[in-house]
This record gives sequence, structure tokens and C-alpha cells, in this order.
Amino acid sequence: MTDLSVPPAQSTAQMPRDYGLKKRYASEARFKLYGMIAIGMGLLFLTLLFVSIITKGYTAFEQTKIQLSLTLDEKILDPAGTRDPKQLAKAIRYNKIIEPAFYQAIGLDPKDKAQKADRKLAKKIISRGAAIELRDMVLDNPDLIGTTQSVWILASGDVDSFVKGQISRQTDEKRRQIKDKQIAWIDALLDQGIMDKKFNSGLFTFGASSRPETAGIGVAVIGSLFMMGIVLVLALPIGVAASIYLEEFAPKNKWTDLIEVNINNLAAVPSIVFGLLGLAVFINFAGLPRSASIVGGLVLTLMTLPTIIIATRSALKAVPPSIREAALGVGASKTQTIFHHVLPLASPGILTGTIIGLAQALGETAPLLMIGMVAFVKDIPVSPLDPATALPVQIYMWAGAAERAFVERTSAAILILLAFLAIMNISAVLLRRRFERRW
Amino acid sequence: MQDMTPINTAEASERRAIKISAKEVTVHYGAKQALFGVDLDIEENQVTSLIGPSGCGKSTFLRCLNRMNDTIDICSVGGQIRLGDINIYDPKVDVVELRARVGMVFQKPNPFPKSIFENIAYGPRIHGLCRDKSDMEEVVVSSLQKAGLFDEVKDRLDEPGTGLSGGQQQRLCIARAIAVSPEVILMDEPCSALDPIATAKVEELIDELRENYTIVIVTHSMQQAARVSQRTAFFHLGNIVEEGPTEQIFTMPKDQRTQDYITGRFG
Ligand SMILES: Nc1ncnc2c1ncn2[C@@H]1O[C@H](COP(=O)(O)OP(=O)(O)O)[C@@H](O)[C@H]1O
Ligand SMILES: [Mg+2]
Repeated sequence: MTDLSVPPAQSTAQMPRDYGLKKRYASEARFKLYGMIAIGMGLLFLTLLFVSIITKGYTAFEQTKIQLSLTLDEKILDPAGTRDPKQLAKAIRYNKIIEPAFYQAIGLDPKDKAQKADRKLAKKIISRGAAIELRDMVLDNPDLIGTTQSVWILASGDVDSFVKGQISRQTDEKRRQIKDKQIAWIDALLDQGIMDKKFNSGLFTFGASSRPETAGIGVAVIGSLFMMGIVLVLALPIGVAASIYLEEFAPKNKWTDLIEVNINNLAAVPSIVFGLLGLAVFINFAGLPRSASIVGGLVLTLMTLPTIIIATRSALKAVPPSIREAALGVGASKTQTIFHHVLPLASPGILTGTIIGLAQALGETAPLLMIGMVAFVKDIPVSPLDPATALPVQIYMWAGAAERAFVERTSAAILILLAFLAIMNISAVLLRRRFERRW
Repeated sequence: MQDMTPINTAEASERRAIKISAKEVTVHYGAKQALFGVDLDIEENQVTSLIGPSGCGKSTFLRCLNRMNDTIDICSVGGQIRLGDINIYDPKVDVVELRARVGMVFQKPNPFPKSIFENIAYGPRIHGLCRDKSDMEEVVVSSLQKAGLFDEVKDRLDEPGTGLSGGQQQRLCIARAIAVSPEVILMDEPCSALDPIATAKVEELIDELRENYTIVIVTHSMQQAARVSQRTAFFHLGNIVEEGPTEQIFTMPKDQRTQDYITGRFG
């Protein structure tokens, strides 16, 4: 050893040593470049995704409507004059008010037999949901009967797509949903300002519908809210209690090791498996209703529990032992130490974990498909036992629909879901910042 | 084992009432033994310092005195420790009560991340020592006064205790220990994280507290042991090598190892 090391030591004193600096700097620069390329690619794809969703989706927040002056004739709507809601609920009668008013607006004679074919074509410009909207308006306020109201009624989905430029005029008429004659009427209506794009409040209030213009995420949002509520109410206390027991009270032995491994594994179980479990246990065994948000909530609770338990345990672990010693040192019992000192200090971490778990659950689709939440639900659910869908499931269903107008609705629903998720994640970050404490 | 009887009869007569008496205390951390049969009598209203090289078991012994070692799963304690007339490792003894009687101050100041007031009020509250709010205020103020901290913090009792300086935090921890009216206060290197001025203040405080409390202090500093304590025990490899009046330990130690340690030859 020594005879080897001595001679070079002498020679390096005279000759400049090769530190390999060039090579080292080059490899550093190369590494930086790789990193920048990776981040650049990520940003590029993210931008592409957002641009594509936003450009496709923003149009769905507007809906083509037609302004008609409607005389709510009592003879048509309520011939008996009893104001019996059952009588008033007959949607067909409202068509008899809307259609003639529309024919007049485009210059057709409602009675002329020769124009029957034109009238049939013109009728297709109005949404069949328009009569139902008008009916609901009258049911809400029967005093409107006998008056004349100026109402913006829904245009049909194809007209909406045409007005938004999603159906091209250049297409051959035979293969075009909107015929030449209809185009002429639409252009005239647009010119007069009778037809216009209005804010699409229906997107947020309607339930499922085969007509895109009357389809909305109302049911899905309520279903998702119910499920989030159930997950929060069940998973948070159960998860925190389980973590406190495991972290603070349970003896460290083979059994608790086994439980720990299992919890970590549960967090990695594919979500569809939780759906199968929910189907078997909650629906087939416990007899809870299909498609109901209570079952969805329970399944998502099971899925979220491991996330919350893992987050809570690491939050508890992160509380410095000096705080526990301080509390024990003045004679606090173990339970007092945990609930007075450890848990408050761990709560920001628990909260963040919970919000992230909830966000995961909000975006979950697969297990909900297994428990029948892909149902066609028209009515807004009033309790968690009513059939409902969820936001991501609604997106999944719309993505499979054929009509042109569903494409923009799919993207709009994705935007809304992303907005919810972003709000939740940002609040998680803010909460952590707000409550983060140094000790 | 070194002979533990007093050196001469004059000293023996000076000995005060024994507050804590440890006999044949052994401690295992799992398979590893940390204390090998320690005997020590701790006198009432005196400061007893525990000195010795790192890892010799000073903290371990100190933590036996209020059963703080119970919180370590793998730790098992043998032998007998009497506080007054109870054996503190008797299963009938309630640790909560014991720790109210034997308070502790730790190496690193560890105030609760709560207000100064709340830091002190916590102990009396959980032990139900105060009947009402004014009672509590009185306890907080008098504890802070005894810890010599009141004048410095009287205008900001609702500010967080973690916002104080290191020395103030340590005195806050002492005040917190005092607030539950303990009989004994254990201190594990209470000044090791403090600057010299803060250290001087804490040492002064310890000297004052001796009047009302029995104090056991672990320290790494020979000077500190000499300054604040009346009795000193020298630990080495899990045993007490020598124990006696501080002056005697520092001026004429009987054991060669004590001599080597205090003259800085090892440790
Ligand atoms: N929590 C623990 N787990 C395992 N071994 C420990 C633990 N605490 C202390 N020990 C061991 O016990 C011995 C005595 O430690 P300690 O009492 O902290 O020494 P000192 O305070 O005198 O420096 C050391 O060898 C140490 O490694
Ligand atoms: Mg120590």
C-alpha cells in the first residue's frame, strides 16, 4: 500500500491534477436538462388536457332559448277551473300553448292544413322539455293562469348545437340533423333576438335525461354531497379512533403488526373490489336499496378509511415525544395526554388526510358502478336512501351518449368535478399552513 | 459496590429526613441492563445532584423516581423505591397521583404550545386543585412568582409559552411543575439547552426552591453540581460509585473513578 501511494503524491505536486471537473459539470448539466424535459412534458400534457376540456366544455354553460309571449289560457290548462294539481300537471296541455305561439313567431299559421308538414318540422326546434318547464312554473304558482307571460323556453339539443356552430351548415342536408328550412327560421329568430344563448342554469338543476338540453348534474351533485357527508361522518371518527388505539394504546406485537400490514394493503386494493364488497354486504346481505347514496357512502367510507388511518397515524407519530412527556410529567393520564395535547397538535395532519381521502372518494367511479349508481335518475334525491348518481358516474354516462350536445356537457361536468377537487385540495393545503405549529 | 455508610458520625448527625429511598434498583431496557442495583437515599429539602459520564444511567434512575419509565414499553424496573412510606412501584400506587407528588423538568424546555397561563393552569385543573377561576389565577401567579418569571411575563399571560426565550421556557416548565404542589422536583439536565445567563438564573431558582421542595438534578457540569447541590451521587456504568455531601465528593473523593471523572480524565 505505502509504496504505491508515495510516488504519485510527489508527482502531483508538480503536475496539474485532473479533477475531472469538465465531466462532472457536464453530467450535472445533463441531469438538469433531463429534469427540465420531464417537467416540461408534464406541463405540456396538463395544458393540453385543460385546453381541450375547457374549449370543449365552456359552451355547455350556455343554452339556446327562445323568448315567447305565452298566454296561459285557463280553458286549455284547467278546463274545470279547480286548480287541481293533478289537472295542472298534464304536460301535453302546455304544448298546446307553446306550439301555436312559436308558429306565430316564425310566421306559420297554426291552423292552415297546407302548412302541416312545415309545422311538424318547426316543432322540432322546440325542446320537448319546454312544456315540462312551463308546467313546473305553473304548478309552483297557479296564479299565473289567465295571464300572459314572456318566457324563455328551451330550444332542442340539435338546435343548440347548431347555434353554437357544432353542426356545420356545409354538411349535406340529408345527413344533417337541422334541415334547410329550420335553418332559415333559426336565422330569422336569431336576427330578431327572439332566439338567444342564455346562462344554462338547467345544467346544475336537472337530473338525467335522454334530451341533452334537459340533462344536468343536479342529481349527481346531490348524490355526491350525500356520499361525502356519509364518508365524513363515518370515516373520520372511526379512522381517528382506530389510529389512536393502534398508535397509542395497542401493544406492539404480531397481531398489531398484522393489522398494520393489512391496513396499508387495504389502501392499495383496487376500488372495484370495494364495490363488489359493498354489493355483497350492503345490498345483498343487509338489504339496503340499490343505487342509493347511502350504499355508495358506505362503500366509499371503507375505501377512505385506510387513507385516513394512515394519515392520522403519521400525524400522531409526528407529535414530538417531549409534549407527551410534559403532560405525563404533570400527572396527566394517558387519555388526557392524548386528548388534551397530542390530538390537537395532530389535527391539521388529520384534517389534511381526511380532505385528501374525501377528494379521492369524490372522484371514485368504479365501485359505484358495481352498486348500481349508474341508474337513470330524473328526480333530485331528498334522502340518502333515494336513488342517485355521482358526479364522476354522470360524466361516465354522458361520455357514452350519442348526441352532439352531450360532448360539451361531459367536458363541463369534468370541469365542475375538477373545480370541486381543486377547492378541496387547496383547502387542505391552506389548513395545513394555517395550523402548522412549531414547537 | 462501594460502602454507603456515612464517613463519620458528625456528618451522620447532620443528615436530614430521608424523602426518597432507593434500594437495589435495577433497570432493563429489553435485554440490555442499564442499572445494576442502585441504592440511594435522597434527603428532604436538599438538592441532590447526579453526575457521571454519558450513558451511565443517570436519566434512567431519575425517571424511575416518578415512574416515567412506565411509558417505555421495553423498560422494566426492579428493586424498591420508597417515597415517604409508600413503595412507588407497588401496583396499588396510582402513577397519576405519584407524578403530582414528584414533578419533573426535562432537558429540553417543553412548554405546551398553548398560552403561558394555560401551561401552568393545566396541572392544577386536571388534578382538581382549584375551586374557581380566581383560585386558579392565584395558583398561576404564585407559581410564576416562585419560578421568578412573573415580572417578565405578567403582561402577556395569554401569549403562547413557546414564544418565550429558552431560559424563560425552562423556568415556565419549572413553574408548571410547581403549580401542582409537588414534594419532589426531578430535573434532567435542565440547563443543557440554555445560555450562561439563563443557566445562572435557573441555578439561583433551584437554590431558592430547596426551601420548600426536595430536588434531584442530573447535570453534566461539575461546577453546576458544586454550585447548587448539597449532596452528590456519582454514577458509573449503571452503578453509584460514590455518594455523599457535595463538598466532600469534590474535594476528597474516596474512589479513584470519581477522582478521575471530576478532574476531567474521562467522561
Ligand atoms: N429508551 C431507551 N431504550 C433503550 N435503551 C435506553 C433507553 N434509554 C436509555 N437507554 C440506555 O440506558 C443506558 C443509560 O442511559 P441514560 O440513563 O439515558 O444515561 P445518562 O442519562 O446517564 O446519559 C444507556 O446505555 C442507554 O443506551
Ligand atoms: Mg441523560
